[in-house]
Amino acid sequence: MEKRPLGWLVSRFPRRLGPLAGLLALAVALSLLSDRFLTLTNLLNVTRQVSINAIIAAGMTLVILTGGIDLSVGSILALAGAVTARAVATGQPVLVAVASGLGVGLAAGLVNGLLVTRGRVPAFIATLGTMTALRGLTLTYTGGRPITGLTDSFRALGGGYLLGLPVPVVIMALVFAAAWVFLTYTRPGRYVYALGSNREAVRTAGVPTVPYETLVYVLSGLTAALAGVILTARLNSAQPTAGMGFELDAIAAVVLGGTSLAGGSGGVGGTLVGAMIIGVLDNGLNLLNVSSFYQQVVKGLVILLAVLLDRARK
Amino acid sequence: MKAGHKPGQVLLRAVDLHKSFPGVRALQGVSLEVRSGEIHGLLGENGAGKSTLIKCLSGLYRPDSGTIWLGDRPVSWSGPRDALRAGIATIHQELSLAPDLTVMENIALGREPVRGPGLIAWREMEALAREALGRLGVAIDPRARVGDLGVGAQQMVEIARALSVDARVLILDEPTAALTQAEAERLFAVLDGLRARGVGIVYISHRLEELYRLCDRVTVIRDGTYVGTYPMPETPEATLVQAMVGRPLQDRFPRRQAAIGEEALTVRDLSRGQVLQGISLTVRRGEVVGVAGLMGAGRTELARAILGLDPVDRGSVTGLGRPVPPGNPRAALAAGLVYVPEDRKRQGLFLNRSVRENLSLASLGRLGRLGWISPRAERELAGRWVRELGVRTPSLEIQVATLSGGNQQKVLFGRWLATDPQVLILDEPTRGVDVGAKAEIYRLINRLAEAGKAILMISSELPELLGMCDRILVMRAGRLVGEFSRSEASQEAIMRCAVGAGAG
Repeated sequence: MEKRPLGWLVSRFPRRLGPLAGLLALAVALSLLSDRFLTLTNLLNVTRQVSINAIIAAGMTLVILTGGIDLSVGSILALAGAVTARAVATGQPVLVAVASGLGVGLAAGLVNGLLVTRGRVPAFIATLGTMTALRGLTLTYTGGRPITGLTDSFRALGGGYLLGLPVPVVIMALVFAAAWVFLTYTRPGRYVYALGSNREAVRTAGVPTVPYETLVYVLSGLTAALAGVILTARLNSAQPTAGMGFELDAIAAVVLGGTSLAGGSGGVGGTLVGAMIIGVLDNGLNLLNVSSFYQQVVKGLVILLAVLLDRARK
Repeated sequence: MKAGHKPGQVLLRAVDLHKSFPGVRALQGVSLEVRSGEIHGLLGENGAGKSTLIKCLSGLYRPDSGTIWLGDRPVSWSGPRDALRAGIATIHQELSLAPDLTVMENIALGREPVRGPGLIAWREMEALAREALGRLGVAIDPRARVGDLGVGAQQMVEIARALSVDARVLILDEPTAALTQAEAERLFAVLDGLRARGVGIVYISHRLEELYRLCDRVTVIRDGTYVGTYPMPETPEATLVQAMVGRPLQDRFPRRQAAIGEEALTVRDLSRGQVLQGISLTVRRGEVVGVAGLMGAGRTELARAILGLDPVDRGSVTGLGRPVPPGNPRAALAAGLVYVPEDRKRQGLFLNRSVRENLSLASLGRLGRLGWISPRAERELAGRWVRELGVRTPSLEIQVATLSGGNQQKVLFGRWLATDPQVLILDEPTRGVDVGAKAEIYRLINRLAEAGKAILMISSELPELLGMCDRILVMRAGRLVGEFSRSEASQEAIMRCAVGAGAG
């Protein structure tokens, strides 16, 4: 085989940096089109808006890397938000309230995971079922009405600042750092890739697949619940219909970030970029006064264009 | 079949083809000529460029330079459809049939006979399929579902489909890789018949015996270059092998000096339904024990049961004197038992992951505490096994899918050797691997035996078992039906035993 000094770069860099290049191109275009885009306030604003979807998408990335999918994240977000809000409104300490919300995510994720691993239900169907069931539970739990009466200390989770950065952005950064370390430096993280790449080979290697595959759904449930807590704090209320359709934005962020829906390749770095692309696009179209109907058209086309470009490169 | 091709007339000629991919020059001046009424063998190591050449001929790739002549006119195809229309049909290693459709639907796929306003004419379709199958002289029901057929029959369906579009040149890429001896013989008979009718056939195989059995000429390519075309069967085997590997190959099966020690693997009465019935065997340290048998005799199932990958009804496995609980692959691994599976793409490799990750996967527990992986320790481990096994790879970070078959197999070996196993069960360790890499794998097996490992080697290649093993066990229909020492074993005796013909 002929060895080229730049072969490594050529074979690896364009694929990895494609999404980032797209994000930069988008940012350059928007800063030329609108003088309000490239301001610190606006950029912080975009990042804050992105954080909810990005946090969900971090967990979604893990699931998709194993070759699965999690459609229930929006419903988990709503139920976790409602449970947290009820706890805060009834005078529980913020820590307890948040823990109970995260507990909901953990439990829902465990159900998803066990359905997929032990029950051998295809992930799409399993999480479609829990998506519907959890939405119903949320409506029952809230009586279909928003939960309000939240405390200021809880609301800081959505609207506060830490070290000059919005709290949701800080949490998002921590989630992505943790997910990256998990995937890069831990054994379970390695098995996540291995499962998506060749499940049978993982089994042959004497690695039990059930715990690790279950784990990704638990983590996805946790991140969805975390996003629910933050959203509730930001909106100062828990809406029973919160998070509807969020699973699609999260999946879009993962795919835009270059993670293969078949599993086995990709990563959370790309997902963060993917979430930013969606956020910047939303923000830019707003700044340009594009009607919200057209915004959806543009968003859909951008997703398709990104995937087409990716295919063309292969 | 189009008539009017005189035997000996050149049907297809590729002249000085070049083709490069990023980082690889796959073809650097390869030529090939196919005449009417000949079977032309194509021989080369894995990675020599055979597949690339085939893909150029079948329109999947467009060569960077060089010409493909169809008869006396140069052609340039923009896709497989063009090649097919020109009468060049290719049967790739992975069969391309729709398993849920019937045989006749598959044969007529893309050109279903219709009548009236586009309604499928089922009767005509069946007649067309019957005719195509009849020409091959095979008895396959056109209404059978393709997924219900064996691999051999599926291949016949694919050949029937190719011929029913008037193929003048038929290209077969390792067609016997998944066939039993009997199925292969049937295929050979069909190919003989096609040759007699003036079809030009390009036949790719690693198995020299097949090339001697079938071919009129053999073209050898090496490292993407044309080495030569040799008349068959008069060219001696040594000449072909040397042309292929570029150096004379010493002993096909190198000798070893291994001291045979204590029992390392003991299997007692292992049973699972009809698949495994009361299997007992032992393998000692330093010993290489072969397992022969036809496809479906239960050899792979035996390996999987020993390793705990499949549940068993009864029986015990003892590794190095300690009982290995059934159905627990992790316990088997901890006891020093490893299994290098037969189908490395399906069961072994993580194709889209790096060489490093593939090598380290079974050893991650030793590369850091509490679930952490030390990147440095991992790189060291991967680097060590790449060196130790001579894996030819440009970097540890490259995707395993880009390596040749032999090097992929070495990576898989490396993954298991890195766990420091004491008992190795190798399932078809040289399948799909070229002659040069085979010899390297044999040497590796000898080194392991000399280091006191116990090796159970499953293989369908009898010469390989005869050349490598101290003892050979024979399986048939889930039972052990024979055992031969190295001195008393012969191909005929083992085969008689495997098919259940009298003695043995």
